[in-house]
Amino acid sequence: MASASFIVTQVGPHVSIQDSGRRGLMRFGVPESGPMDRTGFAIANAALGNTTIPPAIEISMGGLQLECVDGSVTIALAGGGFQVAIDRSAFGSWAVATMHAGARLTVKPGPWGSWTYLVFAGDLQANRWLGSAATHSQSGFGGGQIAKGQRLVIENAEVRGERCGPIPCPVFARPRTSLRVVLGPQDRFFAPDTIHALLWQPFSLTDAYDRMGVRLAGPTLRPVGKLDMPSEAIVRGSIQVAGDGRPTVLLADHQTTGGYPKIATVISGDLDRFVQLRSRNQVVFESISPEAAIEAAGNHRRSYEQFLTRLMARRGDPNFVRSHVAETL
Amino acid sequence: MTSEGAGFPRYRPVADHAVLVEFGETISHEINDQVRRLDSALSAAPFDGFTEAIPAYASVLVDFDPIATDHQAVQRAIERLLVTNTQTPSKGPVREVLVCYDGELGPDLDQVAAATGLSRDGVIAAHMAGEYSVFMCGFAPGYAYLAGVPGAIQLPRKPSPIRGVPAGSVIIAGPQCIVTTLTMPTGWWRIGRSPTPILGSDEKRPFLLDVGDGVKFSRIDRRAFDTATARS
Repeated sequence: MASASFIVTQVGPHVSIQDSGRRGLMRFGVPESGPMDRTGFAIANAALGNTTIPPAIEISMGGLQLECVDGSVTIALAGGGFQVAIDRSAFGSWAVATMHAGARLTVKPGPWGSWTYLVFAGDLQANRWLGSAATHSQSGFGGGQIAKGQRLVIENAEVRGERCGPIPCPVFARPRTSLRVVLGPQDRFFAPDTIHALLWQPFSLTDAYDRMGVRLAGPTLRPVGKLDMPSEAIVRGSIQVAGDGRPTVLLADHQTTGGYPKIATVISGDLDRFVQLRSRNQVVFESISPEAAIEAAGNHRRSYEQFLTRLMARRGDPNFVRSHVAETL
Repeated sequence: MTSEGAGFPRYRPVADHAVLVEFGETISHEINDQVRRLDSALSAAPFDGFTEAIPAYASVLVDFDPIATDHQAVQRAIERLLVTNTQTPSKGPVREVLVCYDGELGPDLDQVAAATGLSRDGVIAAHMAGEYSVFMCGFAPGYAYLAGVPGAIQLPRKPSPIRGVPAGSVIIAGPQCIVTTLTMPTGWWRIGRSPTPILGSDEKRPFLLDVGDGVKFSRIDRRAFDTATARS
């Protein structure tokens, strides 16, 4: 089978290898990891017609530049609105294109978004940990951070010319500043005025933003009473409030347990849209009932599946979509 | 039958995909036994749409697929499991963890001795005499929270954390003890270092310690520590 190789010529911080992540290990302290924006990652794979989900590269606002030194392979980019160019010709942020030896790919932050995904039509060779190449940022386990000078090897590299072109960006993959939350599970540690402040005043993302979470600036959400709850589980989307009253939204590489109260939890369908915001962007939180959250999850899954089915159907196996969705969400 | 506190268990919805089941608000064997009872009942007979359970000191987070089920149905399924599963699961195996307390491997031993009125050897003897069991795993990969630190050496955590504490550090705070697996900041007291591998790579049994396991600390000297770390 053909292979293709790249050399990393420029790379910023927080650029790492990710796949669908590792599930079911939170009881051992291991979060799911995987893409910060699972939607963008799934779209890039579907646009490329990948029937299995190989390791890919998550690109932060630090950017990435690669030179293809050997072979040819088709790539896809989707996630944030980044600036993308092959050699000197710019093309859309979301696109499928083929790279040949000698070509240079440059990905830099563009008009919107914090993360974008570079996916290959082939198997990016990467270290695995517990069955996944997803990088757990605190330990570096998994595929790992991308370093300047690193050689990336794609085995089973394919050229899929029929898939090249722009990828449409659906509404459900764009940043969202109104985030739906279900209050709790520890909202009882907060006075009614504090809950009111959470729901009626804007917050903004700070620079303290990485794969573990993002700290928010805004009204102080000071807990009342003694903080003596024993540590309990945290999920992706938990809004945890530290003793100083500052909230943090926990993300892909979150710690799995914590002893600070979680005032509310962002619903899963809004999280991928939230992570594409940038520091200083404002958000507001909207409280919905658990029943409304379940309904929102169903609506989200339907539009997501329909979109991926259409993307795959450009050419490929439509049966792929169901397994793909199950693996990604 | 275990006695259940007033109003427990409590069920709290979490976003669109989980229910937090609380059995109490304190760290005790009795409450943690109820956590283990639900955890093992779920793993033996998961309901439709069940994805993952995360046991903690006094609660279990039960994660589910919102396309397959919802919070109310999950609560009913858990209530049924608690009615039909009244046996607390037996404890797991007792795992041996080697620890070297010598010199700079236990950098806070002298401070712990001063704060507790014990000698350095007295602190070590007290630590080794504890009967430890894993109440929960969390925070970071393979971090097992061991309850059982004897009262004589229970201290509140330090006012501010120390950065760059190496993997394998044996740290204590209050009734809890942890053998760390990654280099991390900690405000707990560093009393020794272990060469025992806790993080594995076997997907079926990725970590040495699971909830319910016992732990016995065995003392080794510096030479044995250096030999063991050189091997791994």
